[in-house]
Amino acid sequence: MTSALSITRAANPPRAAYLDFPLGHTAGKPHQRELNRAIVRDALRSFETLRAPGDVVMLPYEWAADDAWKDTAMRPRQDKAGQRDDRVERRADPQYQTEADRAAADDALAHGGCTTCVWLDERG
Amino acid sequence: MPSTRPPVDYIERTRAQYDALGYPPYQWVHSATPPPWAPLEKPLSECRVGLIGSGGIYQVGQVAFHYKDDFSFRIIDTRAPTSQLRATHFAYDLTDARSDPNVVFPIDTLRDLVQEGFIGELAEYAYAFMGGIYSSRKVRDALAPALAERVIRDEVDVVLLVPV
Repeated sequence: MTSALSITRAANPPRAAYLDFPLGHTAGKPHQRELNRAIVRDALRSFETLRAPGDVVMLPYEWAADDAWKDTAMRPRQDKAGQRDDRVERRADPQYQTEADRAAADDALAHGGCTTCVWLDERG
Repeated sequence: MPSTRPPVDYIERTRAQYDALGYPPYQWVHSATPPPWAPLEKPLSECRVGLIGSGGIYQVGQVAFHYKDDFSFRIIDTRAPTSQLRATHFAYDLTDARSDPNVVFPIDTLRDLVQEGFIGELAEYAYAFMGGIYSSRKVRDALAPALAERVIRDEVDVVLLVPV
């Protein structure tokens, strides 16, 4: 699945299904279970319908009644100095969603480690 | 009004953003040669389906991802309660993913599709990583082969890749 068509065409996977939604919604909208099921069903169906490597299915779903979101996607505010980048700082320590998550992970690490976390060597 | 505008060209917008920030141009991966083709040899309703997402999903109890070329991954039991899934990433708005991880990691969605018989079953494990990795070499030489090895071991018929 993809919401970034030009990037996907450049990477050139064997099959792709394009969903014209803002980044962060590659598989649907929050709490819209029926819609998301239809989207992923259509995406999976492309495993049966696509016939040539590099083909991309264009999924027929719209994010909103108009396309205003396309004007602001990855175009951060430029009115204030230093406000040209929406991304947050790239810190090198684990970035937990909540402090409780950090405590849970630290507890697991103190008792045998995280067996479902896989850290890789650079050479694979 | 129905959507008439073309897809957002993120390559062009990234180029413009990097230019505005005074960064050197981002080097996109371009794969010129046609990728290998593996035909699906059975109906989806009989397939075991795998899931790999790059939206920075982790489960409570796991170590979260960091934001400096973290090319590790997390093994997520596909029976895990969705309320135990979290999202962390530096380059997209996490609001909706934190409210409902299915927007970038369609785990309930796939469970529903098993329930309705559209797909045969889910693999025992899904895999998650934080896709903001600026080293394509680490992805190509380490992460991608490791994930491929996992899903082959899981004996999946197809894998749904959900990048952000």
